[in-house]
Amino acid sequence: MTELAIEATGLTKSFGDTKALVGVDLAARRGSVLAVLGPNGAGKTTAVRILATLLRADAGTARVNGFDVRKQPDKVRESIGLTGQFASVDEDLTGVQNLVMIGQLLDLPKRAARRRADELLAWFDLSEAGHKVAKNYSGGMRRRLDLAASLVGRPQVIFLDEPTTGLDPAKREDMWDVVRSLVSDGSTVLLTTQYLEEADALADEITVIDHGRVIAHDTPYGLKRVLGGQRLTVRPADPARRGDLRDLLQAISGDTPEDDGRGTVTVRVDGDAVLPDVVARLLAAGIAVEEFSLHLPSLDEVFFTLTGTRTRDSDQEALV
Amino acid sequence: MKKRFRLKHALVLCKRNLIKVTRTPEQLIDVTLQPIIFLVLFLYVFGGAISHGSQHDYLQFLLPGLIGQTIAMSSISIGQNMNADIGNGIFDRFRALPIARWVPLVGAVLADFFRYLLLCVILVGFGYALGFRITTNPLMLLAALGLAICFALAFAWVSLWVGMTVRTAGAVQGVMFLLIFPLSFGSNAFVQTSTMPGWLQAFVKVNPLSHLVSAVRALLLGGPVAGQIGWTFVWIAGLLVVFFPLALRGYIRRT
Repeated sequence: MTELAIEATGLTKSFGDTKALVGVDLAARRGSVLAVLGPNGAGKTTAVRILATLLRADAGTARVNGFDVRKQPDKVRESIGLTGQFASVDEDLTGVQNLVMIGQLLDLPKRAARRRADELLAWFDLSEAGHKVAKNYSGGMRRRLDLAASLVGRPQVIFLDEPTTGLDPAKREDMWDVVRSLVSDGSTVLLTTQYLEEADALADEITVIDHGRVIAHDTPYGLKRVLGGQRLTVRPADPARRGDLRDLLQAISGDTPEDDGRGTVTVRVDGDAVLPDVVARLLAAGIAVEEFSLHLPSLDEVFFTLTGTRTRDSDQEALV
Repeated sequence: MKKRFRLKHALVLCKRNLIKVTRTPEQLIDVTLQPIIFLVLFLYVFGGAISHGSQHDYLQFLLPGLIGQTIAMSSISIGQNMNADIGNGIFDRFRALPIARWVPLVGAVLADFFRYLLLCVILVGFGYALGFRITTNPLMLLAALGLAICFALAFAWVSLWVGMTVRTAGAVQGVMFLLIFPLSFGSNAFVQTSTMPGWLQAFVKVNPLSHLVSAVRALLLGGPVAGQIGWTFVWIAGLLVVFFPLALRGYIRRT
């Protein structure tokens, strides 16, 4: 067995004139989490679908759990669990019926399939809703059932395509816990996301893709170093003091602060060590603040740093 | 390495389809109410004119014909349902499982068996209430219904192929109507072939539904059956050989 659970080289895929992937390399060590970070339309889902044997690449090779996705698709399918961006459960079936069906399709005997279904429903806090038709589930419940369905066969490699998009923050944390426990059980996880924060919270390595190309691959630490650590955003109570605030922040960070034109000023900082200093200087300068936050760069800022251009989504917003 | 087809997988997916029917029982209208309405309308609207006043004679003639027509009509929904169903994410899940690619199609056809059976029971039962009587024996009745259901299970692949080829579920119905109307009315289901113009007779005589209807009629009312049953099986084999691979290819392309 190879050391890598996921290994893709030069993946290329076009849909008509649209080039979805233009030579993407991906690699995930066994038992690790690889985050594929990128905006909508970057090619994340296409890459996942190729690795999960749902799509054929035009060029390039990929191995999952040591098996070639093109030559041994069934070996790959025996090794993987897939949770798509849109919950793929049967809405006319109950939670139990959905999971038992998947179990039986995976050749579990009926009773074992039933036991596994109960186990997973309990784990995902769906035991009570187990006999309700999935149509009546909330979005979060459906997402959990979908994830449970992809875990029925105890897959060694799990693909999560934007598992938290559309979930509220508390549900997102729950999903993160699930991912962590899957990895601690020895699974390998590839997750796609639009949030650097999510990739940072979960991943051992992050591959950033845009327009079907890999534009960065690093550990979260390495990537954050390239991106210049965290961002400090401050909103003065008196908008007229923005000039003073910019000078003050520049003195601390050494970097030119960005004024968003809507009353806040943002600057790169190395970490939270600078905070006491910032607060002291704000007090000394008599600048009252309404908002004061330390955060990771947004995807938009990541892309601006890596490529010098804004993501396509924000282009569109600018046009609107 | 290709995963071999396993009947068990198809049965699991057959059960899925049956559960879906129980969630929306109105899906069964085309195999319950619709054949009854056809029977009543044809019998009482046209029966008098066609049979010169003897509705009973016409009922004896009509019922085997209606079995052929309505069972072909009831195959429309499998193509429609699959057309709508395939857009659901659940099909991605099926395809990411180590099962044969085409199992979901076979599962759907197996589930349709029960719809066709229901149609046969309702049509023959209602026919009996109106005075229809077989003049052979119950075994022949079973053979006739078995033959009709076999034909429907083969014809379902035409519907599945259309379902995999056209873009919307509504269009499946349109295309299938275009196919089934000439086949069912251009047949010996409702009137004697000898009353038709020669060019139409030529079509009626090769029409698969005519063979099915003739075979069912002979099985229920007596007469030589072997030839018509033989032709019906030739058509069943022909439909499967052509449309099973076409439907499969459409399904794989679509997903």
